[in-house]
Amino acid sequence: MNEITKILLFMVSCVLTNNFIFSKFLGCCPFLGVSNKVETAASMGLAVTFVMTIASLFSYMVYHWLLVPLKITFMETIAFILVIAALVQFVEMFLKKASPSLHGALGIYLPLITTNCAVLGVATLNVSENYNLIYSVMNGAFSAIGFLVAIVLMAGVRERLENAKIPECMKGFPISLVSAGLMAIAFMGFSGLV
Amino acid sequence: MSIRLSSAPHIRTAASTKSLMLNVVIALMPCVAAGVYLFEMNALAVLCVSTGTAVLAEYLWQRLMKIQVRVGDCSALVTGIILGLILPPTLPWWAAMVASAFAIIIVKQLFGGIGDNFLNPALTARAVLLASWPAHMTTYVDISREHIADAVAMATPLSSENAVEYTYLQLFQGVVPGSIGETCKAAILVGLIYLIITKTISWRIPVITMLSAFVSAFVLGMDPIAAVLSGGILFGAVYMATDYTTSPMSASAQYAYAIGIGFLTMIIRRFGAYPEGVTYAILLMNILTPLLDKYMPNKIYGHGIKKGAKEA
Amino acid sequence: MMEERKSLGSIFLNGVITENPTFRLVLGACPTLAVTTSAVNGIGMGAAATFVLIGSNVVVSLLRKFIPNNVRIPAFIVIICTFVTMVQLFMQAYLPSLYESLGIFIPLIVVNCIILARAEAFASKNPVLASAVDGLGMGVGFTLALTLIGMIRELIGSGTLFGFKIMGAGYEPMLLFVLASGGFLTFGILLGVINAITNYLKRDKHSEGGRA
Repeated sequence: MNEITKILLFMVSCVLTNNFIFSKFLGCCPFLGVSNKVETAASMGLAVTFVMTIASLFSYMVYHWLLVPLKITFMETIAFILVIAALVQFVEMFLKKASPSLHGALGIYLPLITTNCAVLGVATLNVSENYNLIYSVMNGAFSAIGFLVAIVLMAGVRERLENAKIPECMKGFPISLVSAGLMAIAFMGFSGLV
Repeated sequence: MSIRLSSAPHIRTAASTKSLMLNVVIALMPCVAAGVYLFEMNALAVLCVSTGTAVLAEYLWQRLMKIQVRVGDCSALVTGIILGLILPPTLPWWAAMVASAFAIIIVKQLFGGIGDNFLNPALTARAVLLASWPAHMTTYVDISREHIADAVAMATPLSSENAVEYTYLQLFQGVVPGSIGETCKAAILVGLIYLIITKTISWRIPVITMLSAFVSAFVLGMDPIAAVLSGGILFGAVYMATDYTTSPMSASAQYAYAIGIGFLTMIIRRFGAYPEGVTYAILLMNILTPLLDKYMPNKIYGHGIKKGAKEA
Repeated sequence: MMEERKSLGSIFLNGVITENPTFRLVLGACPTLAVTTSAVNGIGMGAAATFVLIGSNVVVSLLRKFIPNNVRIPAFIVIICTFVTMVQLFMQAYLPSLYESLGIFIPLIVVNCIILARAEAFASKNPVLASAVDGLGMGVGFTLALTLIGMIRELIGSGTLFGFKIMGAGYEPMLLFVLASGGFLTFGILLGVINAITNYLKRDKHSEGGRA
């Protein structure tokens, strides 16, 4: 199998088969909380994609070039969360200067991303799966795209449900969770693709 | 085709829903007859359990929640019959019951009932069964045996090693292992013609879905004729992809939706873990439907039936 | 401050029932969905989170006069992280199989919103003992919720409870419930049922009040 096919399959696996939301439960809070409108969901998804990709890169460097040589890999979690917090801060400052319009669109979502478990999750997974630098970054980017796909689809469904005659007790979180569960059933169709 | 009402204008009299639903029930009868003829009492039992449970579940839920009882609109009846037709004839009765109740209560009523569900109830229930009891869902009867009651683990014609055993004619007649209503293509075509003549559905989604499946199969290196004649793709394209509630409104969005179903079905058949992909293909395109509706709005005014149905 | 006048008992019950983190505030949805494939996993996750909650609440409360206001969030995160790492190392050493099945959701306790929320909303404003009780209450509430969801999913999805066979030999487990979608469905429907019961009780009170 040549390298390009391998990468393509890896992409299908991250985006569809092992989707962060529908099979790994990472990033459920923003998935449930920021999926009222398709546009805001897309912004959130893009912001997460941005941060997850560079967080994968930096967490790889910190782990393999700093923690491993110093033999303090048990500090992994604390190191990663600091890297992510610093990155988010940095990205926000950078966007403010470089692209105010993009900052306007993504700005309010960035602080939320620090405590998004998808970001810390992907950094931790990269270590436990023993991915090299390239695969770590790809894992970050493709998994985040999977998150983006999931949250945008969810937002589409929720916009549609706005006028639905949902029973009183199911309104809000309960029906969102049930919708997510049914979507996860449909996503099972992708199993075995890789 | 289990539930009416599309998006915004939700007003439709129960009478018009009922007459359209009855048209679907009539269109399903050739498949029911073929299924019972091919698979005998097993098929009849599964159909009765799934239909009975669907109607009962709808009635009990509406009584329990103290909302208007609308069993009379026949939508639960249609869901029950369609669900029965996409199940294997050897399925245990309790599994058919669980699936049917799941379809009506969780997929449909929790979201507000008729017109408010975003997934096809019967197909979702089938996917639930596939995930929950895979062994029961992949056991099929060998139709060529003397006694059909002797259920044997049989692959459907979709699994590659058996593909050559059946001729196109056998596939068309339905004398192959498979789900109750899916195997006999002749019966499904009769139903399709009835639905189009009575203007219950438009030709667009079923025809484009089958064309897309044919082309996709060819591109993926499968025998395209066998591909469209085997499995549940034709049944899905005619009776389930056309469900008003879960398919897009505008003509352009319907093209995208139908092409997507045909393509995804073949992708899952060719590469996926499941032998048949049409269930998931339609469910996935159902999920995409709200976005298609949003970004591919109606350009052509009054594209046939849907418009007419709304005015009814 | 309101909380200071409250008795310890009411602080505890607040976490378990009134502001149950899972069913009332719907915080920490990821571990709630991910690890509840069995009741034991639910208890394990709940216990780990409870330990971190109590520990971080106590330390945050002790240091509440010394942490400068503008760096408090990073400071809280470092404190929480320390306790999470302790739990992680402890479980790796003494409960390797549980650690294995909870997977990356143990390190992810760091970003569980409940813990940061309690540090910010309660421990940074209250004395040590009250903060410890608040952590315990929230932790027990979280644990009970996770165990309940775990029990339902395990019973339907595997036919067992805490690993013991409950359903008869003829029972064929509905695998869906131990899969991802089963997590979403169980949690969603359970929330709906709890809402329905709460609404029903409220309505009852209202109508009684009306009659009186």
